[in-house]
Amino acid sequence: MPDNSIVVDRLSKKFGEFTAVNEISFETKKGEIFGFLGANGAGKSTAMKMLCGLLTPTSGKATVAGYDIASQSERVKRRIGYMSQKFSLYQDLTAIENIRFYAGIYGMADKDIKQQSDRLMQRLNLVDYANVKIEALPLGWKQKLAFSVAVFHRPEIVFLDEPTGGVDPVTRRDFWEMITQTAAEGTTIFVTTHYMDEAEYCDRISIMVDGKIEALGTPEQLKTNFAVSTIDEVFICLARPDANKTN
Amino acid sequence: MISIRGIGKSYGKIQALKDINIEVNAGEIFGLIGPDGAGKTTLIRILTTLLLPDTGSAQVMNLDVVKDFKLLRRDFGYMPGRFSLYEDLTVEENLELFASIFGTTISENYHLIEDIYKQIEPFKTRSAGKLSGGMKQKLALSCVMIHKPGVIFLDEPTTGVDPVSRREFWQMLHKLKQHGITIFVTTPYMDEASQCDRIALIQNGQLMSIDTPNAIVEQYKDDLYAIITDKRHGLLQDLRRYESAKSVFLFGSHIHYTDKQTQLDKPALNTYLQAHGHSQIEIRKIPPVIEDCFLALMGDLKEDAHA
Repeated sequence: MPDNSIVVDRLSKKFGEFTAVNEISFETKKGEIFGFLGANGAGKSTAMKMLCGLLTPTSGKATVAGYDIASQSERVKRRIGYMSQKFSLYQDLTAIENIRFYAGIYGMADKDIKQQSDRLMQRLNLVDYANVKIEALPLGWKQKLAFSVAVFHRPEIVFLDEPTGGVDPVTRRDFWEMITQTAAEGTTIFVTTHYMDEAEYCDRISIMVDGKIEALGTPEQLKTNFAVSTIDEVFICLARPDANKTN
Repeated sequence: MISIRGIGKSYGKIQALKDINIEVNAGEIFGLIGPDGAGKTTLIRILTTLLLPDTGSAQVMNLDVVKDFKLLRRDFGYMPGRFSLYEDLTVEENLELFASIFGTTISENYHLIEDIYKQIEPFKTRSAGKLSGGMKQKLALSCVMIHKPGVIFLDEPTTGVDPVSRREFWQMLHKLKQHGITIFVTTPYMDEASQCDRIALIQNGQLMSIDTPNAIVEQYKDDLYAIITDKRHGLLQDLRRYESAKSVFLFGSHIHYTDKQTQLDKPALNTYLQAHGHSQIEIRKIPPVIEDCFLALMGDLKEDAHA
C-alpha cells in the first residue's frame, strides 16, 4: 500500500453546462484526518460521490486505496467506509443486526464478524441493548455505532459526511476521539463538517468554493496565510469575499 | 409576548419536556439552544398549537395555545425545520398563496419582506423546488412574514447550513426585529447564542439556564484555561489523568481545562506536562463561551440525576 490513500488529479464533473467540480487536485496520506470544507453548493457532495465510486467523472483522474475511481469503482467501494448523518443504519434492525448486515455486504467471514462484533458491543457499552431496535437508542449512541459500523471491515479510507450534526457537545467530542483513534490505527478519515471548531481537529483541510479548491493546508497554515485567528474567518474570507465589506 | 408555564409532554415512556417555564418579551430574539432530541421541536409544536401539552399552559400574544388555537393561528408565523413550501409552485405563487390564506396581499405588507424578497425576486417565476438552499430559506421567511405576524417561530432554520449562509440568515432576523417582530428560534449551534437577546439552554427535555448570553457566561463558576502544547495527540489523555483536573474538553486547537482547586497551581501543571513529554506549554486563562457553559451545565444535570 502506497503512503497516499487518495490521489486526485484535475478531477472535474459537469452536469450539462454547469461545472460542479472544476479540476480539483489533492492527495491524502494514510492515517490522515482530512477535512473537506465548503459552502452549501460548492461541489463537496459531487466530489465525494466520485471518490466513493458512485459518480463517473467528466474528466481528470483519481485513485482511492490504489484503485481508479472510474474503471475500478467496484474495488474502490470494497475498500472504503461511508457514514452520513442522514443515512447510516437501518432503524428497524438491532445494533448487532446492523453490524452483521454491513459486515456481510463487505464479504467478511462469519467467524470474524462474530468475534469483532462482540468486542465492539462491549466497547460501545451496548451489550445490554443487544435486542433493542436502533430507533429506540439515543442519537449520540446511534452515531457512534454508525461510525463503528462504517469502519468495521477495516477500510483504508472512511468518508464521513457531516457526521456530527445536531449531537450534544459531549457526544460530539466523544465522536472525535473515536475518529482520532481510528486515524491513529492507519485509516484515512475524509470528513465534511459545518462546525468550524471541528476543522481544527483535522491534520489538513481543504476549502472548496464554486467547484474549485481555493485553500489547502494545515489549520495553522491557513490561519497564518489569511492572517486571521479562526478557521471560521478563513472560511468567510474565501466563501464570500464581499461578505466582510458589507457588514 | 410568549408565556410558558409548567409545560410537560411525554411520548409513551419518553419524557420529551419536563416542567418548562419561559417568558419571552415583546420584540426580542429568543433562542432555544440544545442538541437533537432535547425537546426543541416539541416545544415549538406546542406553542404553534400543533401538539397538546400533557401538563401546564402557554399563552402567545395573550391567547391560550389550547383554548384559543383558532384565533391564535391567524396571528403567528411558523417556519418548520423541513422546507415545507409548495415545490411545484413558483416563488411568486407561493408568496401569493400564503398572503391569500391569511386574507392579505403581497403589496399590503411588502415593506416587511422587501429586504429579503428583493434578493429572490429576479427568480420569481422559478418553481420553489429548483431554488438553492439559501434562496429557499429567503422564500420561506418571506412567506412566514407576509401576513404581518406578531410572533414568528423558526425551528432550526440554520441546521445543515454553511457558516456564511448562517451568518446571512441571522442578519435577516436582526432586520425583522427592527420591525418590532418577536422571534422565537431554535438552534443546535451553540455559537449562535450571541445572536440572540436571551437564550434558554435545553437538554433531555429540561431547561438548564435562561438569561442573556452574557449573563450565562458570567455565571460560569470556575476559572477556565486554554491549554496547548507541541504534542497535540496525547494532551487530552494526559490532562484527564492529572489528579487535580475537574473538566477537560477539546475546543478546536486547544483544550479547555478547569481545576478542582479554586487557585490553579500553574507551575505544578507545567511540571506534570513536561514530565509527560510536552514542551512549548501554554496555559492561558480565558473567558468561557456558551458551549463551555452548556458542557458544565450538562455535568451538573448528570450529578443531580445521580444524587
